[in-house]
Amino acid sequence: MVPVFPQLSEKVYGKSLVYLDNAATSLRPQSVIDKWTEISAKKNSNLHRAVHKIASEATEEYENARKIVAEFIGADSPSQIVFTSGTTASLNLLTFSFGEAFVGAGDEIIIAGSEHHSNIVPWQMLCERKGASIKVLPVDENGRLQIELLPSLISQKTKIVCVAQVSNVLGLINPIDKIVEICHSQNIPVAVDGAQAVAHLEVDVKSLGCDFYAFSGHKMYAAPGTGVLYGSRDWLDRLPPYMGGGEMIQTVRWSGTTYAKAPQRFEAGTQNISGVPTWGPAIEAVRHLRKNDGEMEEIRDYLLAELPAIDGLRLYGIPSSREEKIPLFSFAIDGVHHEDLALILDKMGIAVRSGQMCAEPLMDRFGVTGMLRASFAPYNTLKEAEYFVESLHKAIAMLR
Amino acid sequence: MTLEESKQSVIDDFSMFDEWLDKYSYLIELGKKLDTFPESLKTDERLIKGCQSRVWLNAEMRDGALVFTADSDAIITKGIISLLIGVYSGRRPEEIASDDFAWIEEIGLKENLSPTRAGGLMAMIERIKELARNEH
Repeated sequence: MVPVFPQLSEKVYGKSLVYLDNAATSLRPQSVIDKWTEISAKKNSNLHRAVHKIASEATEEYENARKIVAEFIGADSPSQIVFTSGTTASLNLLTFSFGEAFVGAGDEIIIAGSEHHSNIVPWQMLCERKGASIKVLPVDENGRLQIELLPSLISQKTKIVCVAQVSNVLGLINPIDKIVEICHSQNIPVAVDGAQAVAHLEVDVKSLGCDFYAFSGHKMYAAPGTGVLYGSRDWLDRLPPYMGGGEMIQTVRWSGTTYAKAPQRFEAGTQNISGVPTWGPAIEAVRHLRKNDGEMEEIRDYLLAELPAIDGLRLYGIPSSREEKIPLFSFAIDGVHHEDLALILDKMGIAVRSGQMCAEPLMDRFGVTGMLRASFAPYNTLKEAEYFVESLHKAIAMLR
Repeated sequence: MTLEESKQSVIDDFSMFDEWLDKYSYLIELGKKLDTFPESLKTDERLIKGCQSRVWLNAEMRDGALVFTADSDAIITKGIISLLIGVYSGRRPEEIASDDFAWIEEIGLKENLSPTRAGGLMAMIERIKELARNEH
């Protein structure tokens, strides 16, 4: 079924909405909204606990979503899928649980220089608690990760390497398979932030070979407050729990508690009863939209040609070949503030993001106070990309 | 011009434009016309927090009146602060401190800014009030 996104027909300031802030959050198809409403209206009950009919229906919807997600990313088993509230929660869970068990004083963690704060700050907090430190895998002028430096950054003390599959600022697809190869040859696990990748790329955690993979539902059409942490069987079983509470235990005695197996061990408390089942229709929408991705490539190629041709525009994240970029474009323009541009474009009906995009270290790397980002989804059209470029020219003329 | 006349003049100027894009053009022109602000005055104490873009506001007492000068790295923000100091600069601190700033609601500026930008506008107003109260 063709997914319908009701918000696409919204008007802003009397103009048709051109939504180019998909990297922040995607729009929701009607099928996702319907699933959320259906569960909330008819199947609302807490999960896994009671024996009554509605409870078993709600639990079935929830556990069915786990199977769908496992299949979607090529995991061996649904038990490798931990549901969280989003990528940030997934990474915090990982950082805490992994850090408690495997990181000590003097240890090192390697993080890519283009990461989102969600893949930086939790590790910094861990390092502060444990007396460990962070090493940065830098990006070059084009925004490409300098993989060739990775072997020299790895030491006996390296405990984990953390990298996004696609940077939320640069839109470049990082060579996860190569990173994994280098790290695994030294028995070092790799954690991947897949938040920007899942809506655009066919993700197969087994062929990527990574040990952990975190992503959000809300950036790929599912309900907000849905997220996943995938872990390889070996690692998940060795991680201690993150939060204590209901459903994550085996037995609780005053003398001590034993914990449930993964994934329940990491799902303390009442879960997102209505949100999690929306993974099903969201994944259906992803699959459907990927089939029509010819236009996405046209948009990417069009903008890769048009944007750098604008006087004084500096595009960040230049791929060595087009296939290495998703349709996400961040740039700065000499003499024009990114926030002014975003305000003018907004009045022209175009929703874009301006600022530091939760990646301050990357802004520092490029010596800018912020950037403007236009991020496309498969429901965007080439016509919209053309309108964006035309509007950008007008806005620059107003501001200069 | 009295404070009330000055406010009315801004309200009149703003009401000339129907489209918000034109109102922005007006703000941009105001921003471009704002007097040069010395780099040496761009200190942390003069920086207004709560704005996505950077805004510096300087206040000096001259003959019993508070004289404001300002700058921003973003041109629309510069236009907004220009609008504010155009109304309040050169007035007695007690007059500024006791003003209700309601004219800003009247021109609809706040509703037409993003929440982060509106927060920035509120921070600018608060700073002007604070500087006036300190001299009061």
